[in-house]
Amino acid sequence: MNNLRPAPPIRLAPLFRWALLAGGLLLVSGCGNIQPWVKPYERDRLADPIMAWERDSVSAAYLDHVREVREGSRGATGGAGGGCGCN
Amino acid sequence: MDAAAIRRSVRRVAVLAALLLVRATTAGVLPDDRADLFYSKYSGGGMDITGESVLVRKKITENLAVEANYFVDKVSGASIDVLSQASQIKDTRKQKSGTLEYVHDKTTYSLSYINSVENDYKSNTTSFSLKQDMFGDLTTLTLGYTHTNDGVGENNGGAIAWLGHAQSVGYDVGLSQILSKNLIAGVNVNVITDNGYLANPYRSYRYLDSGNAKGYSLASQIYPDTRTSTAVQTEAKYYLPYRAAITGSYRYFSDTWGIVGNTYELDYTHPISNIWILEGSVRFYKQNNANFYSDLYQFAGQYNFMARDRNLAAGQNTTIAAKVTYAFLPDGWKMFKRATATFDVSRIAYKYTDFRNIKYYGISSNPSYQPGTEPLYSFDATVYQIYMSMFF
Repeated sequence: MNNLRPAPPIRLAPLFRWALLAGGLLLVSGCGNIQPWVKPYERDRLADPIMAWERDSVSAAYLDHVREVREGSRGATGGAGGGCGCN
Repeated sequence: MDAAAIRRSVRRVAVLAALLLVRATTAGVLPDDRADLFYSKYSGGGMDITGESVLVRKKITENLAVEANYFVDKVSGASIDVLSQASQIKDTRKQKSGTLEYVHDKTTYSLSYINSVENDYKSNTTSFSLKQDMFGDLTTLTLGYTHTNDGVGENNGGAIAWLGHAQSVGYDVGLSQILSKNLIAGVNVNVITDNGYLANPYRSYRYLDSGNAKGYSLASQIYPDTRTSTAVQTEAKYYLPYRAAITGSYRYFSDTWGIVGNTYELDYTHPISNIWILEGSVRFYKQNNANFYSDLYQFAGQYNFMARDRNLAAGQNTTIAAKVTYAFLPDGWKMFKRATATFDVSRIAYKYTDFRNIKYYGISSNPSYQPGTEPLYSFDATVYQIYMSMFF
């Protein structure tokens, strides 16, 4: 209760629009020139199910729910991310 | 009422499930068809919450998949926030969701709609996400957008008073990177902006009142009508020299209400042949209070914004969890390629540093506690999950 009013909202949404735009440009710019330093045939360990970020989406979402309803924090718990590119 | 707190995050969790679905997919190839039966039970702080879920996922073509999920949870009990012992809570939430997922080359598109209904809360969410593999499939970029519209009500003995609406817009950006043959790392950023009726109508603020025998009275909370939060999480997963994996993650959170939260988690995964997977994890979370939170105000209407919701209080919690997965059809059966059964149990210890236990302690207790001197509140909770997944 240090202040009587909450701090004014930080306008982060525009930043994310720029991030989306930058990401989009990255996608269309053709990123194929970079040579992968871990070759596809070297990814057997990464392809092991124990290396998946999440194996069960229902359970992961439920546990996030249990936490979020009792904590002030929220978000960024892995909803983004991605696979290991093992295929 | 904890049920009300539950509602606040339900939509985001449902969206998270959809995003996790995308995350579980390796871009370019849709995951196997699957059906899941899920049961959960949370017990702690005077509350019992059971959850039941059915999920079916099916490929329509090699590039297009559809997923449907139905989730019902039932709340009963009386938490610390319900000061009258007679007020037992009973509530049911029903949530339906559908997701379409489309793969083209190295891009995965996902579109979800979620509808959640209770007597006193309605929520509709639409989300879209895009996932792109690049740099020789070493890097995966994910972008997500979520829009939610809620109707917030209060149940007064069966009569629902609709208090207002809340809208939120969320953005997700995630990057997952293969760093070596044994190491993968990720960064996830999430920004959410809310506006509208954001308070929990079942929780109250407390102020000194010499005219009340307890020494204090309760009144409806007054919240700001906007909130913007930012969360950044980093995580890494490492394949150990033997067949096992260790995962570490850290999340920093801050919002325009003054809350700063830090989350640390460590997880160890150990398979035994291809039949069992054992997991153990430890998680620690700590936050400070919102700048308009107080356990006890000096008088009614002291400030423009006043809250005594313990989600906004300073506190911490520690979780220890164990999980075992059993593959009981490793060679398949009829239409099923394989199936697994999982049992997961977590023990969570919550401690608050500026939220006092006024339900069980006060002037009339022995010994007597003046307002503002009651013992701080803490409680332990146990969470069970049992589920079966069949892949076909």
